[in-house]
Amino acid sequence: MTIKDIVYIALFVALTAALGLMPPIAFAGGALPPITAQSLGVMLAGSVLGAKRGGYALLLFVALVAMGFPLLSGGRGGFGVLLGTSGGFILAWPICAAVIGHLVHKNANANIWVTGGMIAFGGILVMYTLGIPWMAVVGKLGLDKSLAIMVAYIPGDLVKVVLATVIARGLRRAYPNI
Amino acid sequence: MIDLKNVSLSFGDHPVLHNISLSLSERRIAVIGANGSGKSSFARLLNGLALPTSGTVSVDGFDTKKQGKDVRGRVGFVFQNPDNQIVFPVVEEDLAFGMKNLGLDKATIATRTTEILERYDMQHLREHPAHLLSGGQKQLLAISGVLVMAPAYVVLDEPTTLLDLRNKRRIARVLNALDQTIIHVTHDLDQIADYDRVIVIDEGRVACDATPAKAIPFYQELMA
Amino acid sequence: MLDLYTPGTSMLHRMSPGPKMAALAIAATALFLQESLLVTALAVVAILALYRVANIPMKTALAQIRPLMWIFVIFFAVQWYFSGLTLAAYVVLRLAALILLASLVTLTTRASDMIDSMTRALRLFKPIGVNPDKVSLAISLALRFIPVLGRIATEVREAQKTRGLERSIIAVAMPLAIRAIKMADDVSDAIESRGYRS
Ligand SMILES: Nc1ncnc2c1ncn2[C@@H]1O[C@H](COP(=O)(O)OP(=O)(O)O)[C@@H](O)[C@H]1O
Ligand SMILES: [Mg+2]
Repeated sequence: MTIKDIVYIALFVALTAALGLMPPIAFAGGALPPITAQSLGVMLAGSVLGAKRGGYALLLFVALVAMGFPLLSGGRGGFGVLLGTSGGFILAWPICAAVIGHLVHKNANANIWVTGGMIAFGGILVMYTLGIPWMAVVGKLGLDKSLAIMVAYIPGDLVKVVLATVIARGLRRAYPNI
Repeated sequence: MIDLKNVSLSFGDHPVLHNISLSLSERRIAVIGANGSGKSSFARLLNGLALPTSGTVSVDGFDTKKQGKDVRGRVGFVFQNPDNQIVFPVVEEDLAFGMKNLGLDKATIATRTTEILERYDMQHLREHPAHLLSGGQKQLLAISGVLVMAPAYVVLDEPTTLLDLRNKRRIARVLNALDQTIIHVTHDLDQIADYDRVIVIDEGRVACDATPAKAIPFYQELMA
Repeated sequence: MLDLYTPGTSMLHRMSPGPKMAALAIAATALFLQESLLVTALAVVAILALYRVANIPMKTALAQIRPLMWIFVIFFAVQWYFSGLTLAAYVVLRLAALILLASLVTLTTRASDMIDSMTRALRLFKPIGVNPDKVSLAISLALRFIPVLGRIATEVREAQKTRGLERSIIAVAMPLAIRAIKMADDVSDAIESRGYRS
């Protein structure tokens, strides 16, 4: 791990945290929790840094949250959040970043649609697969109701996939040897 | 003494510096030139941040390619933007960073921290968050972070470009008072009038290497 | 800004971070494994009593759960509708208890102490290749970068405003990302030039 790797990891930890400071997008007339930009950090860390550094970045992020740094959107932090209903999604982040990084870097010459598909796979499918059962158990909701709630978040996540795809490809052109 | 022998530097197939040979031994050396002429690349060669594509750079006999650690202990580097040079959130922690890397003990680190903060009248900022300092204070902190490592040479890459006039002058006074050999890349010609030597770089070559009285008019002519 | 620490001299403030984190982990797990509304409610009361011990005002305690109000409301509503009032109250109270407890640790522990203990704990993982010094360097840098990113974002948005592009997400995000990488490159040069060995 070079100095540059450490600094990049720190940068994406900070980026994920900074995205939590962005004003959340309220929807459904405020009937559901707002969509936040934070999982964009997960997608970017994976697609820009690759599996290893991207995964470490999110692992460090989650460790900092667990230690109580208020890095999650809405200034949340601490062990309790991880044990709460959305804890599964957050604990999944390092895995999602690593999956995205692995796929995107293995297929570095893929066209924009394939790159987007790979980011969606790690950033939506893998994240929901790990997060929804957790939510179902912790919130005592059952799988069907949890799934129903999460449907509302898919459009927002698709927007983040598009953003991550465009930014990651742009960055790779500007800095070929990140 | 810093010695460059037939030094060239390229990025990929894009040549940036062409066959430069120089010995730097004067106490106050300025490097001037147009944007993109290769000044930063030249400065970065001097402490091994960049390694020559061909030729050798040596500092007191230590080759930057093979003895990077010895070189880094001798040559401090100050960047244009102090925001990117300050590594730690708190002033005191940042000053300690370079000293820890040198393996100094806690007591020495504390003594040198106090000394430098007193020298520049910043004692009250010891536990201050670094990102809340003013631009001038930040650059002074960046310079202090290098000086506490007690280098023999200090290379500065446009350290006053982002500062207002008052802070430019303050930094110039700080630099003039240093015991170290300084190699100062700058666009502020009025700061270097009494330097020992001025090197003008143009398109990756040394276009003029003389006293300020000769080199500054040469440069102004070149830019006209 | 990132440090939620509230200065004080209580027993909880003086406890070192390691045992505090361990106690939190145990208590949180226990809270999870039991299913009684009464026990959960008592736990909330006990935790609020600990806030008293630490001399932290109730207002601060409430501020810890306020950002999550929406989630509470939804969960409460969904649970009530499908499974009845008791279960709804239990789920929401348990969430509140967990958050209050974790926040209590954060409120009574300095971030730098927390980093120090984590760095110390990480030494245990040295045999599997974890380098504690690198981890703590990364943490310090990350905490320093957060306000810097905010500032770069503001600068980019202002620059794009003059071109009428401040509402285009890509026109803001792309230059921001490029400047952030440039900053990271400069910072790694600075770290290297200050003698850090990786
Ligand atoms: N990391 C790099 N990769 C590719 N080209 C570079 C890099 N750094 C500098 N250059 C190029 O080298 C030339 C000289 O740059 P630089 O030394 O920064 O000039 P100056 O400091 O005088 O403005 C420029 O054409 C610049 O584009
Ligand atoms: Mg330059």
